[in-house]
Amino acid sequence: MKKELKIPLIKNGSVIDHITPGNAVKVLRILRISGSSSSVVSVAMNVRSKLGKKDIVKVENRELDPHEVDKIALIAPKATINIIREYKVAEKHKVKLPDEIIGIVKCSNPTCISNAQREPVKSRFKVINKDPTEIICYYCEREPDDIAERII
Amino acid sequence: MNFKGKDIISIKDFSKKEINYIIEYATKMVPYAKGEKYKDILKGKVLSSLFFEPSTRTRLSFESAMNRLGGKVIGFSDPSGTSQKKGESLADTIRMADSYSDMIVIRHPQEGAARLAAEFANAPVLNAGDGAGSHPTQCLLDLFTISTEKKRIGKNNIVLLGDLKYGRTVHSLAYALALYGANLTFVSPASLKMPKEVINECIDLGVEPNQTSYLDKAVKDADVLYATRIQRERFPDAEEYNRVVGSYIINNELLKNAKKDLIIMHPLPRVTEIDPEIDSTTHALYFKQAFNGVPIRMALLSLVTGGIL
Repeated sequence: MKKELKIPLIKNGSVIDHITPGNAVKVLRILRISGSSSSVVSVAMNVRSKLGKKDIVKVENRELDPHEVDKIALIAPKATINIIREYKVAEKHKVKLPDEIIGIVKCSNPTCISNAQREPVKSRFKVINKDPTEIICYYCEREPDDIAERII
Repeated sequence: MNFKGKDIISIKDFSKKEINYIIEYATKMVPYAKGEKYKDILKGKVLSSLFFEPSTRTRLSFESAMNRLGGKVIGFSDPSGTSQKKGESLADTIRMADSYSDMIVIRHPQEGAARLAAEFANAPVLNAGDGAGSHPTQCLLDLFTISTEKKRIGKNNIVLLGDLKYGRTVHSLAYALALYGANLTFVSPASLKMPKEVINECIDLGVEPNQTSYLDKAVKDADVLYATRIQRERFPDAEEYNRVVGSYIINNELLKNAKKDLIIMHPLPRVTEIDPEIDSTTHALYFKQAFNGVPIRMALLSLVTGGIL
């Protein structure tokens, strides 16, 4: 049987592979890739692979900064980023959670000062464990109940 | 050990070595806290005392500590007369207080408020309680009290009693006692049990706490009984509240099989949990514990400003 590509190959750009199934849209949100972005963005969800299902995101003509992409390890710890140049993988990087997450996750504690409207601060979390992911709020020291649901 | 400029936000910011140092320094402060000696090591220093929530012991003991060392206090104990009511952010209030003083003490109803204050202030910030979060100076004075009375903190059998779910002092205290390797027993009604995260923190520190709802058995081997208030609003009906509160009253009858040198502590205010008949016994340590807030806060205020006794 002829194999078909779910999403076309790209000439230049970035491919985020091995995203936890169902989380591709959240990955776009973390990377601040919105509808107003000029790049062509392809999203494939629940793609079958050797290791089960996965999501894939391809962004054309834009090389994502691997450190920026590290933040997605919060919800997609097994993701990889491939930088594509002339249809070839020029760089490959496995996401690695940074020690601090700023402005990405909202604290789930409604009375945490980071949720106060008038305070000029961004949400901030310390990463206390990378596998499995455990983060605590820098301000109120609590763990968010569901990280994926708390992405800003 | 240098504490100059350090913020006092959470007990988890301190190592055991640092806590021991603070306790030793507070011991030296006792005669100064009692007014038996006087040295104005904080002369010319101004403390901003920002209490966005009511407090008796914490606020007064900070003020006493500052006055006993020759410093001055500015601030408020009720935010209704401040710009906060006009919608000012806490960050802006802190920037202002920072420009008026050398240290800032803050109590605030929202968790993390003291940590935020520390970000916007150059002066050291001391957390006097942030919502249901931390109250590190209470924790330090509790450790100071246990250390003074029992000559050590670890290896004691310590019972924490009451509202262990919402009580802000018991969470930090359980962590700190586990850091010292104390044997911990948590006694509470089933609906007010110690949160799982706190128990896991104790286990990570090598202490597996016992949990029970029976006080009489737990008291038998206890060296320290730390009681906290159970608040009526935590219960859906008055009957349940009365039943639970009634089962945790500390009186002479309960203590008849207790160790002779058992000490009873309470962060106060108490309501019905300790019968006044206990006040005159050698077990009652809660008033001395409240006094210990002064030397521990004197120690902290002088350490963070670099004042030396």
